[in-house]
Amino acid sequence: MLRFLVRRLIVALLVAATVMTLAFILTRLSGDLATAIAGPNATQADVDAVRKAYGLDRPLVTQFFDWVGNATMGNLGESFFFKKRVSELIGERMPVTLTLGLTGLVIALLVSLPLGILAAVRENTSLDRAVQVVAVLGQAMPSFWLGLLLMIVFGLKLGWLPISGTDSWQSYIMPGVVLAFSAIPALTRLTRAGMIQAMGSDYIRTARAKGLSRASILLKHALRNAAIPVVAIAAVQLGFMLGGSIVIEQVFALHGVGFLAWESIAKNDFPVVQAVVLVLAVIYVGLTMLADVMNAVLDPRLRGA
Amino acid sequence: MKRGFRNVATWLGALIIGVAAFCAIFAPLLVPHDPFAQDLGKRLLVPFWMEGSDPQHVLGTDQLGRDYLSRLIWGCRISMLIGVTVSIVSGLIGITIGVLGGFLGGRVDDAVLFAITTRLAIPVVLVALAVVGLLGSSMPLLVITLGLLLWDRFAVVARSTTMQVRNLDFVAAAWCAGSSRFRILTREVLPNIASHLVVVATLEIALAILLEAALSFLGLGVPPPLPSWGLMIAEAKDYMFFSPWVIVIPGVALFVLVLGINLLGDGLRDLFGARSA
Repeated sequence: MLRFLVRRLIVALLVAATVMTLAFILTRLSGDLATAIAGPNATQADVDAVRKAYGLDRPLVTQFFDWVGNATMGNLGESFFFKKRVSELIGERMPVTLTLGLTGLVIALLVSLPLGILAAVRENTSLDRAVQVVAVLGQAMPSFWLGLLLMIVFGLKLGWLPISGTDSWQSYIMPGVVLAFSAIPALTRLTRAGMIQAMGSDYIRTARAKGLSRASILLKHALRNAAIPVVAIAAVQLGFMLGGSIVIEQVFALHGVGFLAWESIAKNDFPVVQAVVLVLAVIYVGLTMLADVMNAVLDPRLRGA
Repeated sequence: MKRGFRNVATWLGALIIGVAAFCAIFAPLLVPHDPFAQDLGKRLLVPFWMEGSDPQHVLGTDQLGRDYLSRLIWGCRISMLIGVTVSIVSGLIGITIGVLGGFLGGRVDDAVLFAITTRLAIPVVLVALAVVGLLGSSMPLLVITLGLLLWDRFAVVARSTTMQVRNLDFVAAAWCAGSSRFRILTREVLPNIASHLVVVATLEIALAILLEAALSFLGLGVPPPLPSWGLMIAEAKDYMFFSPWVIVIPGVALFVLVLGINLLGDGLRDLFGARSA
């Protein structure tokens, strides 16, 4: 078990290091950042001043090792636009994004677990097919468009929910639902497949033979086993959701990390952009590692892999 | 019973894609008006199902008086073009490294697995936005960026299916017959994993279309005045509370096209019997 953990940790660190390098390359793609930061009306002297002030006059290699060294120590640099430490900025915005991501995940699980179980229990009936149709429809739904439709219906016509902002917990309902939509199809399919497999296994036959009630068999015996992969995938899905929340934060004007990244891209504020890419990647790597470890703890056969 | 239901869904998907492909290819002949021509005297005309519509403009006009139906047809061309080209770029990358990893195994496979893991850790939307934001929006840049980001599923499927095929008898027979490694890869392995890759390709086209729409919606995808559906929704957003149809029409088009591609993909998967692809 220890060997498995160490190996996973090494891979995770290597991935983080690679993403760190890619994030650096990404923000240098445009060539001369100083010109972009100084703006269209800047003189050559202004550009030179900017270049000096932000350390852009140093060789790329020096800049790179500077970024890697500082980022490893938790120092993500300073924002050009906000004139603040990037780690502080991200720290301020992260609660909004995390709340949104967790709301989305909870809604996704609340919808897909019952749907998946229902479809599995009534396998090959019209109910099962209806659930699968819902999954296919959900997969094709453009999230930003769904967000706008919900705003029109529940925000404007019915007036039930706030259209934008983060003033109250109700503000997270619509964005949460939209975000959940991206995870529901996969989670529903996985729950269904897991339940069908579990229901066909020997221990369920034993439970039936003992005369246990249907609810007890379903929830206590089958679901517990079917839920293992679902929980693991849910962790990975949360990582995807945090990455994808940039679109939804923009639609609902939620000032989270995604919104910050979008603003920073528009303003050529590259220390923020490369830091957000890195932070989101590290969170994702952490979550997948958590999922792998969880799987390994629950199913010892996976530890050799 | 179930087969029949599946078949209907697959045919529906094929029909949707057929119509979309027709619109995409013949868009210049099909559009009733110039999709770029503005007419400020005819702004935000309502579509045919509403009171006071103009028979000249079946789906109404946008905030600059451009014919909505023409822009919708032209947008289909953009969506299909991006979906297919992105899928070709990502397919070339993903299939190459996936097949190499699965076929050669060992260190090469470790490297391939690491590349896939790293790719999955990168937030796609954010990186695509950053690239387009830094380099300026254009169709070729968008296609290359998305292609470089979306090869993971191709690689995963190509790798696992190649591993299954690698040890089959006909590959052993080809080795014995003295075939070169390259010949075995292109003549024996690739044709036998092609069906799985076609399924992945359909799903990737759908994903690329959705992503392009999202990026264009955020203002960092296809440059205006090109009528990308995502851009149409973004431009119409300010008017959606007064006239919801301006975002409903391009949104429904996007939804139906992606649905059609997914339905066909699911149908093909069942047809090829590749359950886990």
